[in-house]
Amino acid sequence: MSLLDARLVAERGAFRLDIGLRIEPGETVALLGPNGAGKTTALRALAGLTPLSGGHLTLNGEDLRGTPTERRPIGVVFQDYLLFPHLSARDNVAFGPRRHGMDRKAAHAVADRWLDRVGLAEHGRRKPRQLSGGQAQRVALARALAVDPVLLLLDEPLAALDARTRLETRGELRRHLAEHPGATLIVTHDPLDALVLADRLVIVEQGRVVQEGDAATITARPRTDYVARLVGLNLYRGRGGGHTVELSGGLVLTSTDIVHGDAFVAFPPAAVALHPHRPDGSPRNTWPAVLADVQQHGDSLRVRLDGPISVAADITPAAAAQMGLTPGRELWVAVKAAETRAYPASG
Amino acid sequence: MRARVPVPLLVPAILGLLFLILPLVGLLARTPWATLAERLTEPGVVAALRLSLLTSTVATVFCLALGVPLAWLLARVEFPGRRLVRALITVPLVLPPVVGGIALLLALGRRGLIGQWLDQTFGISLPFTTAGVVVAESFVALPFLVIAVEGALRGADSRYEEAAATLGANRWTTFTHVTLPLVAPGIAAGAVLCWARALGEFGATITFAGNYPGITQTMPLAVYQTMESGDLEGAVVLSLILLIVSVAILAGLRDRWLTAP
Repeated sequence: MSLLDARLVAERGAFRLDIGLRIEPGETVALLGPNGAGKTTALRALAGLTPLSGGHLTLNGEDLRGTPTERRPIGVVFQDYLLFPHLSARDNVAFGPRRHGMDRKAAHAVADRWLDRVGLAEHGRRKPRQLSGGQAQRVALARALAVDPVLLLLDEPLAALDARTRLETRGELRRHLAEHPGATLIVTHDPLDALVLADRLVIVEQGRVVQEGDAATITARPRTDYVARLVGLNLYRGRGGGHTVELSGGLVLTSTDIVHGDAFVAFPPAAVALHPHRPDGSPRNTWPAVLADVQQHGDSLRVRLDGPISVAADITPAAAAQMGLTPGRELWVAVKAAETRAYPASG
Repeated sequence: MRARVPVPLLVPAILGLLFLILPLVGLLARTPWATLAERLTEPGVVAALRLSLLTSTVATVFCLALGVPLAWLLARVEFPGRRLVRALITVPLVLPPVVGGIALLLALGRRGLIGQWLDQTFGISLPFTTAGVVVAESFVALPFLVIAVEGALRGADSRYEEAAATLGANRWTTFTHVTLPLVAPGIAAGAVLCWARALGEFGATITFAGNYPGITQTMPLAVYQTMESGDLEGAVVLSLILLIVSVAILAGLRDRWLTAP
């Protein structure tokens, strides 16, 4: 049986959240989705801060639906940390243990141990406003872990940090999460955070789970446009007929994979070649397209093209200069069958 | 480059300033500085000042004990009729204090709604006692405290209270350990405002508690009586004391209230 077993149903106006969630002991799951997908509502429902209107919620074999927040065995790291401004870092961390019945001395000992673990042993006496963003994030993590939660919840734990601090903190956070014996849920809209920190990803859109699995599966076989964009793939849906998938517009793509029935085809932008004229030879997937726009993308250029299907292509600046890429230019698109992946849409 | 201030704004602004300052200048000009020291130590003056400080301080403590929970209820708990309750609280604010005094008599007087029961059951009678002064002052000053504290509570981020709950704090512990410290400056400001209002209270006090030297005669009442008896100099001295105390309060609140946002 999973440590956390939940189906979270909550309503907020016209918005309805309905997601199933299971987390094993020691496992870290990332709830990934665009803004407004209901991720934070799910986290708040698990914490008891937002009421459930249906479903079930079992943690460690215990039904938590009627349990108020303060009696749930949870720890929460909030997006902007919410460290109590009137308390020192040490008292912030000791706050939870104190409320769980420890005397002041024992609670301070626990707090000191946790501050030491997150590398802030020297900073215990500082007030939150005297801490840097990265330090405050670590104090918030220590505060949430100091009550030995069965379920640790993190709401966009790195969103408030600048890029450099984020990189350092992400690695450190990963180490602490790996040591946490309970279940961990991270809510994030940043695919990198999800991929680095989590063992498993649950993708949520408009209150529903649209895909879940480990990072490798999701990046290789996206099932929605949102996921495809996250992992940087062109994604289409159509009908499989062996080595071919017929898209709704009538275009037929060929793949080395075999698929039948409702199916997805995906390929990376780097696998897309552009030609000024109809190419001859091996690539079987070719179609005429019109250039929509060009943007810098790392070392290459990302070109968006309209046509029978909308597609993104990555090409080198040299190739772009040679072809003279201006919006409205007519080109031929070619994708090698070996570079596409086709997989069933169901299951 | 600085634009010129239009005359139609400048002239009334200066007149308004003079209007506020001139009476105070008048007070200072008529102060009998030569005999001030001996006037200040007259037994009647000392008694009235002591009584004023005592009753307004006790009234403030009383208002804090009732007003902070009331403000919390209004700011944090959704209940039917909350807007009505909030409106009721502001009534004593706009009610002429004399009317408040009469209302208190009708409620807490010996024949009053509750006063009758208090008298018969416990032998407690509030009118015309020092406790009655505290009641009258509290009645007038409590709304100031409630409104100030409720504003502070609404301004405070209630998500800190959620964070406290996730750490195992129940609502009471959250209130004492998180909410109170967060809004402490607002409570302090409300308490000073409340205290100043209680110190200057006149109408409700004289109606409900009467004007007995040493028992219910606070400074404002003493000023009034001294003036009525024709002793202008005495009234000036008493007024000067109240003025100094008021200015001291303002100075104490300078950072919070007088620095414009």
